[in-house]
Amino acid sequence: MSLLDRFLQKDEVALSRLISYVENQAPDYRKILSSLYSRTGKAYRVGITGPPGAGKSTLVDKLSCDLIQNGNEVGIIAVDPSSPFTGGALLGDRIRMQDLTTKKGIFIRSMATRGSLGGLAFATKEVSLLLDAFGKDFILIETVGVGQIELDIVDACDTTLVVFVPESGDSIQAMKAGLMEIADIFVVNKADREGANRIVSELDMILDVRRKKGEWNYPIVSTEAVNNKGIDDLLKKIKEHRKYITENHLLEKHRKEQIKSELKKIMELKLKELLEKNLSDANLDQLAEKVYSGQEDPYSAGEKILENLNL
Amino acid sequence: MRKKYRILLAKPGLDGHDRGIKVVAAALRDAGFEVIYTGLRQTAEMIVEAAIQEDVDAIGMSILSGAHMTLFPAVLDLLKKRKCEHILVFGGGIIPDEDISKLEKKGVGKLFTPGATTGEIIEYLKKALKEGRKEEAVF
Repeated sequence: MSLLDRFLQKDEVALSRLISYVENQAPDYRKILSSLYSRTGKAYRVGITGPPGAGKSTLVDKLSCDLIQNGNEVGIIAVDPSSPFTGGALLGDRIRMQDLTTKKGIFIRSMATRGSLGGLAFATKEVSLLLDAFGKDFILIETVGVGQIELDIVDACDTTLVVFVPESGDSIQAMKAGLMEIADIFVVNKADREGANRIVSELDMILDVRRKKGEWNYPIVSTEAVNNKGIDDLLKKIKEHRKYITENHLLEKHRKEQIKSELKKIMELKLKELLEKNLSDANLDQLAEKVYSGQEDPYSAGEKILENLNL
Repeated sequence: MRKKYRILLAKPGLDGHDRGIKVVAAALRDAGFEVIYTGLRQTAEMIVEAAIQEDVDAIGMSILSGAHMTLFPAVLDLLKKRKCEHILVFGGGIIPDEDISKLEKKGVGKLFTPGATTGEIIEYLKKALKEGRKEEAVF
C-alpha cells in the first residue's frame, strides 16, 4: 500500500512520513500537496505567539486537552529555532505537552525554523495543510519565542493569540507596532504574578483606541496555564472570534489573501529553482570576470541571463 | 532536499538525573542534528508515539535507574508493533557489560557508558544513519 493510501486510512506513521517529505522538499513534495489539496480547508487554525518563556507550549497543551475532550481532533505544530551557525536545533516544546502525546486524536509535530526568520519554519503552512487533509478539526500553531516583527503566523492561521506575561509590562509600549497589531485575542499568562492587573489595564488602554463599536473587540484573557485556569474562557473567546469572522466574511477574505501569498511563494520558489538549475558556477565565474574587468555592468548582465531563461 | 537527521532523546522511567542527556542534546544540536527532547519520566508508549509523530531517525534513551533490561526491550517491542523497526534505538547510562551484550543481541544499537565522549556519540550516529532508510512509494 502506498504512503498516500495509508494516509487516507488515517495511518499516523504515513502522515508523519509525508510531513518529512514536504519539510525536506523531497522531489515529489509538490505532487503530494496537490493531490491532497482538495481535502483541506476544513480545519480551524489557531496561532499562538509571544516572547520566549511566556507559556505558549503550556497554553497549547491545555487548550488541546479541552478541545479533544469536546470530541475534536487536534494537530499541533510547535516551532523552535535552528542554529544559524550549525543548522542544528533543540526542539523542546513537547516537554510541556507530555500527557498529550498518547491521547487519541492528537498529533504533535516539532519543526525547526531551518533558516526562516518570520517565527515559523519554512514549511509550516504546508505541514498544516497535511494535518488539515488528515482530518484534524483544529490545528494549533506555536511560533518560536518572538520579539516584535516575526509575524509570519498571521499568514498561517485564522485566529492569532499573542501571549504576554506580567513582566512584559514595560515593553508593551515598544510593542505597539508589529506583534500588538496581529493579535485577535490577547492572553496575559502567569496571571497570578505581581503586575498582572497592571499589564491588563495597560493593554486595555492601548486597545481602546483601536476598538470600534460593533466590530471585534480584541479581548484580553488572563490565564494561569500550568494551573489550568482561564483556559475555558480563552477557548470561549476563540470560538467567538471564529463566529465573528465567519459571519462577517472576514475569514473568507483572510483565507483568500493567504492563498495569494501562497501562490507567490510557490512561484518564487519555482523561479529560484529554475535559476539555480540554469546558472552554473562556471557561468557565474565568467560573468564576474567580465564585470570585474569592466567589460559589462552587473545590471545588464543580470537582465541578459533572465532573457536567456525564456520564461 | 533539505534532509536533516532527527533524533528523539528521552529519559524513561523514574530517575530524574537529566544532566547527561542534556549534554548529549546540546552536543548533537551543535553537530547539526535536530534534537527533540521530551523530558523526564517517559513511558515506552510516550516515547514511541513521540518518535512516530516526529518521524525521527533514532531514539536515544538515558537510563541511570537500573531498569534498562525492561525499558529498552519495551521500546523495541512497541516499535515493532507499529512497524517502525527502521528507527534506531541507542542509549547510555550505568549499564553493566553483560547487559549491554544482551541488549545488543535484542536489536538495541550502541550503548554508551560513563566516560564516553560526545564526539564518539556523534560519530556513531553519523555512521549508523548514513545509509538512510528505505524510501516507500508515495503514490
